[in-house]
Amino acid sequence: MAQKEKKGVRLEHISKIYNDPKTGKEFYAVNDVTLSIEPGSFVTLLGPSGCGKTTTLRMIAGFESPDAGEIYLGDEAINALTPNKRDTAMVFQSYALFPHYNVYDNVAYGLKLRKVPKKEMDERIARILDLVELTGMETRMTNQLSGGQQQRVALARAMVVEPSVLLFDEPLSNLDAKLRVSMRTEIRRIQQTLGITAVYVTHDQAEAMAISDNIIIMNKGVIAQMGSPEEIYHHPKSEFVADFIGEVNFLTGELVGRDGGKCTVRISGHDVTVDNPDGFDVGKTCKLVLRPEAGILADEGALPCRVVLSCFMGAYQNYHVMVGDTLVKLADYCPVGRKVYRVGDTAYLSFREGCVHML
Amino acid sequence: MPVKTRQGAALERKKFFADPVMVITIALLTVLLALFILYPLAMLLLDSVYVRETKLVLVTDVLAGTADTEIKDGTIQVLNKKGETAKFAVDDLNAAWGYLFAKNGRVLKEGDAIDPANCYVKVQKNQLTLDAFPRIFADYTFNNAFFNTLKLGMITSFGSVIIGLLFAYVDCYVNVRSRTVKKMFDVVSTLPVVSPPFVLSLSMILLFGRGGLITRELLHIYDSNVYGLWGIAIVQTLTFFPVCYMMLKGLLKNIDPSMEEAARNMGAGRMKVFTTVTLPLMLPGLGNAFLVTFIESVADFANPMMIGGSYDTLATTIYLRITGGSYDTNGAAAMAVVLLCITLLLFLIQKYYLEAKTAATLTGKASRARALIDDKSVRVPLTTICSVISAFVIMMYIAIPFGALFKLWGRDYSLSLKWFNQLFRDDGFKAFTDSFMLSLIASPITALLSMIISYLVVKKKFRGKAFIEFVSMLAMAVPGTVLGVGYIRGFAGGVFRTGFMQGIYGTGIILVIVFVVRSLPVGTRSGISALRQIDKSIEESAYDLGAGSAKVFTTVTLPLIKDSFLSGLVTTFVRSITAISAVILLVTPRYLLITCRINEFAEKGAYGVACAYATILILITYAAIVLMNWVIAHFGTSKAVRLKED
Repeated sequence: MAQKEKKGVRLEHISKIYNDPKTGKEFYAVNDVTLSIEPGSFVTLLGPSGCGKTTTLRMIAGFESPDAGEIYLGDEAINALTPNKRDTAMVFQSYALFPHYNVYDNVAYGLKLRKVPKKEMDERIARILDLVELTGMETRMTNQLSGGQQQRVALARAMVVEPSVLLFDEPLSNLDAKLRVSMRTEIRRIQQTLGITAVYVTHDQAEAMAISDNIIIMNKGVIAQMGSPEEIYHHPKSEFVADFIGEVNFLTGELVGRDGGKCTVRISGHDVTVDNPDGFDVGKTCKLVLRPEAGILADEGALPCRVVLSCFMGAYQNYHVMVGDTLVKLADYCPVGRKVYRVGDTAYLSFREGCVHML
Repeated sequence: MPVKTRQGAALERKKFFADPVMVITIALLTVLLALFILYPLAMLLLDSVYVRETKLVLVTDVLAGTADTEIKDGTIQVLNKKGETAKFAVDDLNAAWGYLFAKNGRVLKEGDAIDPANCYVKVQKNQLTLDAFPRIFADYTFNNAFFNTLKLGMITSFGSVIIGLLFAYVDCYVNVRSRTVKKMFDVVSTLPVVSPPFVLSLSMILLFGRGGLITRELLHIYDSNVYGLWGIAIVQTLTFFPVCYMMLKGLLKNIDPSMEEAARNMGAGRMKVFTTVTLPLMLPGLGNAFLVTFIESVADFANPMMIGGSYDTLATTIYLRITGGSYDTNGAAAMAVVLLCITLLLFLIQKYYLEAKTAATLTGKASRARALIDDKSVRVPLTTICSVISAFVIMMYIAIPFGALFKLWGRDYSLSLKWFNQLFRDDGFKAFTDSFMLSLIASPITALLSMIISYLVVKKKFRGKAFIEFVSMLAMAVPGTVLGVGYIRGFAGGVFRTGFMQGIYGTGIILVIVFVVRSLPVGTRSGISALRQIDKSIEESAYDLGAGSAKVFTTVTLPLIKDSFLSGLVTTFVRSITAISAVILLVTPRYLLITCRINEFAEKGAYGVACAYATILILITYAAIVLMNWVIAHFGTSKAVRLKED
């Protein structure tokens, strides 16, 4: 499968404006978004509800028309094409299976429209059902399937037409937590097998991290940051991104000195040494982004703190400590054999090498 | 970066026009709706304010310029005997042979001696005037009919709402133990749907009239008079209360029992709960039911015609104006406009004010089943009243087949088939085939059209959507009589009296069109509510996989609302075959319609034949409904598919 030339997606200065029905005011659902998705890659649009991610996806599919900018599929401008003329296939949040068809007919729908010969159609359907592990279910009606199976039918139906781009609109949000985890692995596996370009919308950051080559974080209609999951987790460009992806603590301090590869930051009267970032001047206020697992509590160190919560979570010991006036949440993984601090204890906080990022 | 000019709308337009099937469908629909619903009503309105007169004016007056005529550039437009117009120079009039008349209207021939003082030309004078309205309001017949109609509407809708509420309350709140009573409720609520509108009038006359079985034979009242206001009111109430019952039942089912339990818990008695909780919650719904019944009552033609006697309503008065000797089109049009205004006003209040309010007060579903009232002091009287009413209604329907089977109602109660024999000797077979065929043609057209309209209204965005939705619903508010008059005025001389499409007037086509227009709102409403249940993304996914609008509609939408389509098919068939108010004005001797035949025979007092017709008609409609239920149960969507609630 996928003998076709792979195509990427490009959005250039895309905006979508809605009028607030009550006040009549203009509202930018998507505001001047420019992005490029490499052929064959898996890209996730991630953001809180109302950030414009679904609108962006629906513009790529053709259900909505951008008010400014141009969308390209490969090198073709597709703004004026209707959804049925675009070489995209979408997997919907509600699966949107045809309830009056059985599994086979659901999957065959797009192939019939493309007038694929019966023999080839049967082969392709057999292959795709094998891939989504639904072989033998062809004659089941969709309401006789479990949520996960329905999801797989939806996936098969979209993929069997071999679109240039697969679009996913929060496809896992109707499944229970466990199934969600196994299905996302499944989707990733199938996408990689076929090498189809995929655009995936979700508000679940763990899902986005697990599944994507690249994540695009959106907020209030604009792109907050684009990058690989590692890049976004470790080097968030803004407080919003840092806060949205994973747990995070912000420590406000002042950059007081620079020494080669290191620099010194003063936090509530105590100096700590961290990696030297670019673009910060000595004397300026800065914010340290500290992930819970990047902090170490010990009996001695740079930053004294007071433990206000200590709680055993199984995989890690969860601490809340006060650094000056700031509450810092920490996760001490594999605490076995190490000292466990109790509420009221005083301890010293230090940072794991290279794990602190400055904003 | 603020966007200066939005390209979104332009792109949407481009995408819209990339779908020619949909564009053509919408264009066609718009034209059809405009032509067959708006245009006849517009013509009616025009007729009521536009007077065209022809009159003879003296040539000498024209020459002297004293005649009240329009002279342009020295020419005048005159008419010949056939009504054809020609233009002549004013000074040339003396030689306008063929266009000159003597005072008595005789056409002057070439060679007749011309006496300018006794030589006339015919001119047409058109003017816009509201004269017709004060004229009809000063007219006793109209005035009388106007207030009669309103009085009747009030009584009928009041009665229907009360009885409907009683039935709904008993159905939802009271533990009715007897299976038979429950069955009776079902029968009573479906009977009016399958029966022609005037069946109850017929049986009212048979049972309670002067020769009535009950009045004369049982009670020995020999001067009973069922004709008039109370006759119509009773018949209409019995015909329309099941509609109220069904509407209110839907509302009561949606009231959360916890609210009433909370009131009971705080110490309110049952009556107090009803008056302080249940009733206020239902108030908009009751108003809704009241207005719907009012519109039906005011628009009803058949019952007042049959049992009204000298009690004329607007619908019957208009009919008599059109068919009677006076042929006062201007006046009849004005009356029709008045009637239309009443129903339209009520319709607008009902649709845009009360429906929204009902939805706002009663949202969501009852959280659990209600504990039914088992208290004897409540259960027994309420159940008894409802049973008596049900039995009464059922008895009235049973009277019809017996009316057809008894040799001579009022005299000889032995059974015979002579009325049926007479029926088939007397064109009856033709009446049935005509009615049957025309209704059969109208049903698939209506069902398909209403599904297409609902699809467009619910699932598509386009300019003119509001127009299509409004106009297709508008037909619900237009009384049949008004529509009939509108069609006569609109199509008798072709569209805009140009002769275009004149061919359809007086044929079966126009009857089919009327059937379609009359049933369209019902089908559309059911289609819309069925489609609202379907997740938008099901169609989107088909669209996304490569199907155009037409393909989406035929492969996804239509199969999913198959039930609604099937019921639209049968509803249209039943409504068409039992329709009378509009078609009675349009039918020509080439077509015999059952309903018109029944009306004819009933008017002549030939109740036996009328009952024979009505009996067969009820059987046909009942069979149609049974067939539909069977088809839906076996081949419908709901069986195989549980539609996802959005």
